[in-house]
This record gives sequence, structure tokens and C-alpha cells, in this order.
Amino acid sequence: MSQSVLYDAPGPRAIRRSRVVSVVAAGLIALGIAWLIFTLAAPRETAGGSTQVGLFDASRWDILLDAAVWRALWRGVQGTLQMAGAAAVLAMIIGILFSFGRTARAGWIRVPSAVLLEFFRGMPVLLMMLFVLLVFASGAYVAGVAALAVYNGALIGEILRAGIASLPRGQAEAGLAIGLTPTATRFLIEFPQAFRQMLPIIIAQMVVLLKDTALAYIVGYPELLRIGVNNLSNFYGNAYFFTLFFVVLVIYLVINLSLSWVARFVARRTGSKAVVAKIPKRGMFGMGGGSAAPTDDSAAGQS
Amino acid sequence: MDAIMEGLPLFIDGFLVTLSLLGVAGVGALVIGIVVAAMRISPVASLRMIATVYTELVRNTPLTLVLFGCAFVLPYLGVRLDFFTLAAIGLTVYTSPFVAEALRSGVNGVSIGQAEAARSIGLTFGQTLGFVVMPQAIRMVIPPLINVFIALTKNTSVAGGFFVFELFAQSRRVINDRGDEVLAILLAVAFFYLIITVPLGLIAGAIEKRVAVLR
Repeated sequence: MSQSVLYDAPGPRAIRRSRVVSVVAAGLIALGIAWLIFTLAAPRETAGGSTQVGLFDASRWDILLDAAVWRALWRGVQGTLQMAGAAAVLAMIIGILFSFGRTARAGWIRVPSAVLLEFFRGMPVLLMMLFVLLVFASGAYVAGVAALAVYNGALIGEILRAGIASLPRGQAEAGLAIGLTPTATRFLIEFPQAFRQMLPIIIAQMVVLLKDTALAYIVGYPELLRIGVNNLSNFYGNAYFFTLFFVVLVIYLVINLSLSWVARFVARRTGSKAVVAKIPKRGMFGMGGGSAAPTDDSAAGQS
Repeated sequence: MDAIMEGLPLFIDGFLVTLSLLGVAGVGALVIGIVVAAMRISPVASLRMIATVYTELVRNTPLTLVLFGCAFVLPYLGVRLDFFTLAAIGLTVYTSPFVAEALRSGVNGVSIGQAEAARSIGLTFGQTLGFVVMPQAIRMVIPPLINVFIALTKNTSVAGGFFVFELFAQSRRVINDRGDEVLAILLAVAFFYLIITVPLGLIAGAIEKRVAVLR
């Protein structure tokens, strides 16, 4: 991490003070974790009065040795990834359509697509899933894919539009000047550049989409959360509930963190040339290339 | 149409629960978010690291999983709270890193010369942040912050899947009674969400335009 301009290189006193703060903070966190482990490990009384073993007892974790459990979890991961993949492809297509609709010169295309976009952006994804599920009687998978595709498509459309708007005017003018039609200019000149520029933000949006597939749990789609926590703990017994929750949490974190890492990698590779170079302000903190401003912004707002 | 009229009291009940979830979780997330953002820009390396790990872990966990943990795992561990409070805790935790990131990107957006100038006339870290950087960052932070709250409004619907009778859950109840007018009912519910999210979005857009002119 490079030196921040907000404070000096620490002197001996500042180093001592920061060491004290670090030790106190580490102590507090260690205390919290110790308390958590202690609470989890303690045997607990059920409502019926019988005592159950603590959560770290081997009898609560032995199902992880069972290959059938991992096969079921793998089915859950497949369900999640399948929904995310289908929704991502559709969302890209819808996003491209929206971006053209929003920037169309004909008012009768631009205005309705703006209204539609606001409508889709302002509604909870979950409500959309329920909508598709009930109105089209489509089954949970289609409902989940359709809702995620439309919602994220609206957001990607806005991202692409912002990308087109941020291009220098000269690009479109040059296209028109060499005799391309307005449509050809948009397709051949403006859109490819906007897409390249906005790629990191689009990938960040895909991480959000992947996370949101867990919403399909509520409409009953058998994805990782439903299979992992609901079905398996119904089958093997409630004693394994915490174990399974923990395993599912870890799987989600591994998938999402690795995709986030890809987003950052792309942001560093393409973003440093395009997006970041275009934004004249320099970051105040050397957070490494790790958190280019646009990636942060998009991840912040549209979860 | 009469299904909507019949269900209206339920919708209004649900709308109030949604609003109070938004209020409670919004304030909570703002408080935790400010603390986390302050930790992330502090001179103490260990605080920065703790805040970064917290942000990354929470941001990469699906909201459904967070609320699931709050609704089922916490009571399992002996926490005795009603489902509304549990959902509010979950939404607070889930939203706080997004607030922190919005704040941090706002501070990052203030041009670096401002901080250099402040430092070179001898202001300390606290003074630089309090008198020079923050007043400028606030303006830029408001639109992304409003976007976070719009997302929170929509996210409250997930609590409807975990025994909190807010707008989404109420709509399911009304639909169970009146399966014949599903479309109208869902559009009515969407309308209730839109009267929160669309005005907030317009405000954010307007402020963004003003700020862009200021810069």
C-alpha cells in the first residue's frame, strides 16, 4: 500500500500509538471470536429439556465425510451457476437493447424505454420473480432467470449508456463525417468503445447477479441455499443445521470472492487504460489497483 | 380491481412495516458504515485491514443467506428476538459495507491537491479530513448514498421471505386469497415500492447534476 497524503509517515510516537490501537483491536476481535467459539461449543438444552452436544462435536460434522452430501451440494452449485449464467447472457442482450433504446434519436423509442427502465430499476427482484412465477405460471427456474435478466439488464443498459455518453463527441462526429449512417456509427464506433470502457463495471454487476440468484430460494428454486441448508438438514436431521449453513456460506464466499477477483483483475487491465484514465481525479488513497473507483461505485448502489 | 380495494388495509400495513425496516436498517447501516469507512481511511494499518476484511466478507455474501442466518441461526444460538428485529439486524449488517464504500469513494473523489494543500499548511489528519476533505466529499457522497438506500428499500422485500409481514409478504397473502387478480395485485404492490424508489432516484439524479456543475 502506497503512502497516503492525508498523514505523514509515522514517527516513533505515532508508531507506538498505532501499535497500541492494533493490539487493542486485535484483542477485542480475538475476544469476540473466542466468545463465539465458546458459545457454539457449549452443549445446549432443547425446548424438550434434553441436552444436545456442542456445535463443534464430531457427531455434528461427520456428514461431511459422506460423498452424497457433497454430490447434493454440487447439484446446488450447478443450479446456482446455471441460473446465473442464463440470466447473465440474457441481461447482456437486454442491456444492449436498453442502451440503444435510451439513446435512440426517435422520441417514441427513447421515452418509453426510459419509463420502462425506471420501472424495472425501482422494483425488487423478488417481486419480479413472484410476478413471472404467478402471472406466466412458468416454474421457479424461468421466473428466477427472467427476473434477474430484466433487472440486471436495466442496470447494464444504464451502465452502457453512461459509457456511450462519456465518449468524446469527436468519435461520433468522425463516424458521421466518413459517411457512416447514425446507426452504423453507433454500432461500429461508439458501442465497442463504451463496452470496453465499462467492462469492469459490467463484471461487478455480474457478481451482484450471481449473489442475487439466492433470492430464488424464496420462490422455491433448488439452488445452493435450498439444497444445502433446507433439503439436506431435513434429510439428515436438524443437528446438522449449523454445519450445513456454515458450509454453504463458505461455498458462496469462495465463488463470489473469486469472481470479484476476476472483476478487479479486468478493471486493472482494461480499466486503468480506459475508465480511470478518463476520470481526471486521482484517488486520495493508494488502495492499490484493487479498488478502482468505478468498480466500487457500481458495487455499492445496485445490490 | 376490488381485490386491491379488499387488500388495501393489508398493503398499507405492509407498507408501514417496509418503511420502518427501511428506517431502522438505514440508520443502523449509516452508523456502522461511517465507522467502517473511518477505519478504512485511518492511519492505523490494522484497523484498515479489519475494515477491509469485513467489507469483503459481507459484500460477497448473498442477502438471502444473511437474513437466513439471522432468522434461523441466531435463534438457534439462543438469541431471543422477534423476526422484525432479526431482519432489521440482517439488513443493517448487509447494507453497512455498501454505505462504507459509498463514503470512501466520495472521499477518494475529492481532488488530491485539496488534501496536499491542507497538509502543506500544517493541518493534522483530523483537521484535513474534517475541514477540507469531508465538506467537499459530502456533496459527492449523497447521490451514491441515496442509491444505497434505494437498494435497501428493494432489499427489504427479502425479509418478507423470513416471517416479516412487510409489503412483499402481504402481497403473497392477498394473492392467496384472491388468486383471480394476481396481475392487478402485483402491479399495486409494485406501485407502493415505486413511490419510495422513484422519487429517491430523481433526487439523487438532481443532486448529481448540481454537483457535476459545481465541479
